[in-house]
Amino acid sequence: MFDNLPLWPARASTGAGNVDALYIFLLLLSGFMCLAIFVMIVVFALRYRRQPGRAAEQIEGSTALEITWSVVPLGIFMVIFAWGAFIFFQERTPPRDASEVYVVAKQWMWKLEHVEGQREINELHVPVGRDVKLIMTSQDVIHSFYVPAFRIKQDVLPGRYTTAWFRATKPGVYHLFCAEYCGSQHSGMIGQVMVMEPAQYQAWLSGGSTSGSLASNGQSIFQQLGCVTCHRSDTQGRGPNLAGIFGKPVQLEDGRTVVADENYIRESILSPSAKVVKGFKPIMPVFQGLVSEEQLTELVAYVKSLSAAPSAGTKVQESKVQ
Amino acid sequence: MATAVITPERENYLNQEYGIKSWLLTVDHKRIALLYLVSITFFFFIGGFFALLIRLELLTPAGDLVQADTYNKLFTMHGQVMIFFFLIPSIPAVLGNFLVPLMIGAKDLAFPRINLLSWYLYIIAGVLMLHCICTGGVDTGWTFYTPFSTAFSNTKVVEAGVAIFIAGFSSILTGLNFVVTIHRMRAPGMTWSRLPLFIWAHYATSIIQLLGTPVLAITLLLVVFERLFHLGIFDPTRGGDPLLFQHLFWFYSHPAVYIMILPAMAVESEVVACFTRKRIFGYHFVAMSSIAIAVFGFLVWAHHMFVAGISLYSALIFSALSYLVAVPSAIKVFNWTATMYKGSITFTTPMLYAFGFIGLFTMGGLTGLFLAALGIDVHVTDTYFIIAHFHYIMVGGAVMGYLGGLHFWWPKISGRMYPEWLGKFAALIVFLGFNLTFFPQFILGYMGMPRRYWQYPPEFQVLNVLSTAGSTILAVGYVLPMVYFLWSMRYGKIADDNPWGAAGLEWQTTSPPPTFNFDVPPVVTWEAYNYDQIPAPAEEVSVER
Repeated sequence: MFDNLPLWPARASTGAGNVDALYIFLLLLSGFMCLAIFVMIVVFALRYRRQPGRAAEQIEGSTALEITWSVVPLGIFMVIFAWGAFIFFQERTPPRDASEVYVVAKQWMWKLEHVEGQREINELHVPVGRDVKLIMTSQDVIHSFYVPAFRIKQDVLPGRYTTAWFRATKPGVYHLFCAEYCGSQHSGMIGQVMVMEPAQYQAWLSGGSTSGSLASNGQSIFQQLGCVTCHRSDTQGRGPNLAGIFGKPVQLEDGRTVVADENYIRESILSPSAKVVKGFKPIMPVFQGLVSEEQLTELVAYVKSLSAAPSAGTKVQESKVQ
Repeated sequence: MATAVITPERENYLNQEYGIKSWLLTVDHKRIALLYLVSITFFFFIGGFFALLIRLELLTPAGDLVQADTYNKLFTMHGQVMIFFFLIPSIPAVLGNFLVPLMIGAKDLAFPRINLLSWYLYIIAGVLMLHCICTGGVDTGWTFYTPFSTAFSNTKVVEAGVAIFIAGFSSILTGLNFVVTIHRMRAPGMTWSRLPLFIWAHYATSIIQLLGTPVLAITLLLVVFERLFHLGIFDPTRGGDPLLFQHLFWFYSHPAVYIMILPAMAVESEVVACFTRKRIFGYHFVAMSSIAIAVFGFLVWAHHMFVAGISLYSALIFSALSYLVAVPSAIKVFNWTATMYKGSITFTTPMLYAFGFIGLFTMGGLTGLFLAALGIDVHVTDTYFIIAHFHYIMVGGAVMGYLGGLHFWWPKISGRMYPEWLGKFAALIVFLGFNLTFFPQFILGYMGMPRRYWQYPPEFQVLNVLSTAGSTILAVGYVLPMVYFLWSMRYGKIADDNPWGAAGLEWQTTSPPPTFNFDVPPVVTWEAYNYDQIPAPAEEVSVER
């Protein structure tokens, strides 16, 4: 019978068990509280129902009781808060060497691109046991990337990158939902996450045709758009040398310091004068509207690859594909 | 205590004047309350009709009853109608309007004409909303999230926005009227610590209406302007920030939850005191918890945005603050339960609703603890879990409170008794129907079914069928009271001035009260809930088993 009535979602990531543990704790706690109040009400209602010859006994209250039932719940609440915050902290801190998948959401589909160059629509293939970081943006309205089996959800916004990560633990096919209402076909904006054994995944990787890795595509756009004439790899360029800047703090012309993350690179391409690097003039043209979201992700991946020398990330993959 | 049977000829606010003009131009708070009662009942059944269509669509996994766009409009307008045209005005504008002056011994509200103006604003907003519904409707979700609402939706966003903008002013004026009235018009001897808890909770509600609603008005205006004039406030392609919209929207819309639930708590305190025949346990704590809810309620809005793209640290702060607002709600539940201890309890219809309220509100509140926990919120936000949670608060809590209050004060409002056995039967139906409708949705949500889905994967069907079945039962439970209330206005037993033997000044005047409420202005020399000095009704109230 329970084949048609599943009551618990599949648990297929390292984070899912943590969420379930807190959930079960809260189920027990609130079940106990409900039961306690229910029993008290039923007992009082029967024991103190109106009877001839017995009047209600007026009781003003009890400060000791009031303090007890304020402070004790507050203490329990703080435990729940800390537990929930701990899980959230893990959910929001991707491991450094996670392999990256770029996600572009649009009405009403998911476009996913692996750094190796595989492109997928409404499907995401990942191997068991690998940390996967999603770098996501939207082409139009707000969407939300939701995989119940991984217990992860992150809104995907136009005009900026948001991230999420997971490590799948169980091979299978899982729902990918859009969880933020996005228009007519919101409920049709669903896909599948295929979690595969590493060997199968390798087979899948080599089976699909690709048109170059993200970073190498980014490199050719970088040349087509003429970025390379100013952003030279020596110090003579009119724009900053981009080698090694990713993830590093950058001194700005107005005295501030920002970390050169995905959002900074994105902003510097689309509206370069927003945060100009110290020592440079705001002469770069605006690329807002001239590059698509896919081209942007490729450019960002290319700039990142210029800093990725030691990690097992993009450069290695790039050479392998080529 | 006057308990003489009142002959129908006796002059009261209902029969003093006749004719449509005497209603549409009235400045009597009791008549305005009835104008509101009729209008919000109308919108309640419109919103309920949308809800039934939603549930029918979800009976099967495929989207087959209505088109996707129609479905999106249905859940949008269900939310907008129920929240802005039913729940927000429900208890304050009907029961509050009727009872605030009576309970504090005043002749009327401080600004009777502004009170009438607030109803007209509501009606203008309502007509605009109806026009919007009938000429195509709106599909943004009641939350109007940008940039969908400002740059993508092809529906009547501007009209709906303006309608809700106007309805907001109606709400502000009601709040303003209550604050001034409670400060300035209390009868001699009616000190702050002698106020019924109904008044305390309405005071807290009014503060939120006054401080929060203008922010919603500004936000909706910005949405309208961005849509009409293509400003770059929320739309990132024009340099705007969609998260700014969410901050502004929830800065009102989270406290708005307390505009809906605090008045239900107000009713709860009066009903529990009356049918346990006791002073509310911990009067001062219950009174202050209302104020605490109003204050803390303004500090937790971003818990609606944990996955929206806010920073890790702001999420931590808003999660911690959200737990603070749970404490005063817990205090109230514990105090109502403690009030029953050593009481003399009768099981009338209003008391059944009060029991139901405690149970459902407790479940709604406890599931709020789940949602405030960051790690769990990530999984269950924007799923049916949250739908179930807020319906337990706003339907299980606020609507149960509203119906309980309507039954409790119906003898005072109409001068008639409703059939008690039917009342109890309907209360039971509402309770069962409600739980069958919304409890399965908690499970659906944890399973991962997202909200606002027109079609869904087949494994979710069984729970959806249960929910739809429950909603039809719930509908019966809501139609019944309307039928027997109407019936009772003509055929109901004539009500005594104080049929429940309740404390409170409103029960010391006649049923229904005269236009200026009291023949002799009352002077208060006792504490609220002095049930040791009030005789219980001689026999069980309206025994019509």
